[in-house]
Amino acid sequence: MTPPQRQRREPAVPEPATPQEGEGKVKNPERMYVVAGPDGERAELDLVTLIVARATDPPPSASPEQAAVLRLCAAPLSVAELSAYLHLPFSAMGVLLTELLTAELVKARAPIVRQARTDRSLLEAVMNGLQRL
Amino acid sequence: MDFKGSDTIPGPRAEDQLPHTAQAAAKIVIVGGFGVGKTTMVGSVSEITPLTTEETMTQAGIGVDDNFGSASKTATTVAMDFGRISITDELVLYLFGTPGQQRFWFLWNGLFEGALGAVVLVDTRRLEVSFDVMGRLEERGVPFVVAINSFPDAPRYPIEELRTALDLSPDIPIMECDARRRASSRDVLMTLMRFLHSLAMTGSLT
Repeated sequence: MTPPQRQRREPAVPEPATPQEGEGKVKNPERMYVVAGPDGERAELDLVTLIVARATDPPPSASPEQAAVLRLCAAPLSVAELSAYLHLPFSAMGVLLTELLTAELVKARAPIVRQARTDRSLLEAVMNGLQRL
Repeated sequence: MDFKGSDTIPGPRAEDQLPHTAQAAAKIVIVGGFGVGKTTMVGSVSEITPLTTEETMTQAGIGVDDNFGSASKTATTVAMDFGRISITDELVLYLFGTPGQQRFWFLWNGLFEGALGAVVLVDTRRLEVSFDVMGRLEERGVPFVVAINSFPDAPRYPIEELRTALDLSPDIPIMECDARRRASSRDVLMTLMRFLHSLAMTGSLT
């Protein structure tokens, strides 16, 4: 018996920095949330951005959801974990966390992302960590 | 102060909390068809009981995007299971099990961007389910390894025959695994890391 046969594909031409919204391009409205910090610095939220509360006592103005995030983030917690514990989809987490980041009630620790040339020492650290499993 | 509402939401158990020193997280994606063992693999290596994050898929861009929240808009909720491995006090690795079918590709936005790499989990009973997903990874330039989850009743092919059938370039690792076993799943992740390391050495991302 022979297995079914696939055909390899080539990497697509890198997309231009400004997204094309022409024919056949599906725009995803639930993409990233971008927050502008006080110095104009922009932070994108990822599923593995780590969120830490600046203070665990929520201000009186905080909504129950905001208070819940602050309580959960007494220790660092990923956006994905917050989403799971709060039963909120990632897109809704974006809205909630954007409010908290803007109000400077939480800090975001940016994820490590794949680059054209991934940091070898990072990969070695991961391998060492896996070996201990 | 009394925030009853927020106290009813369970958070991580004390032993599941990350240390304050946790500075950054990276992610790996495990992709494959339904029932191929993605969640099993996540669970076998995760230090926490796998959690589920849900995402809502809406039919976007076909002239129905102005009636947000109305019943006429088709919305489907898709669950994604994930787990966590603390690598050091400062570095955390997350593993996401993601359905590979084309209708779930909306989940990939944001998920695959930035993922260090992917494991394509394959069931030889439904080999063709993984074809599209591999093509998609190739197009996006996401490095991946292929792991054949060995089911007892699945047809067994020699690895090289599978490499040919999957049209994998010679440098892409392909291996058999048992996703239920921690050591086997860890070996798959190690293979992915070694592959990424070799790519980082040569600087090529093919």
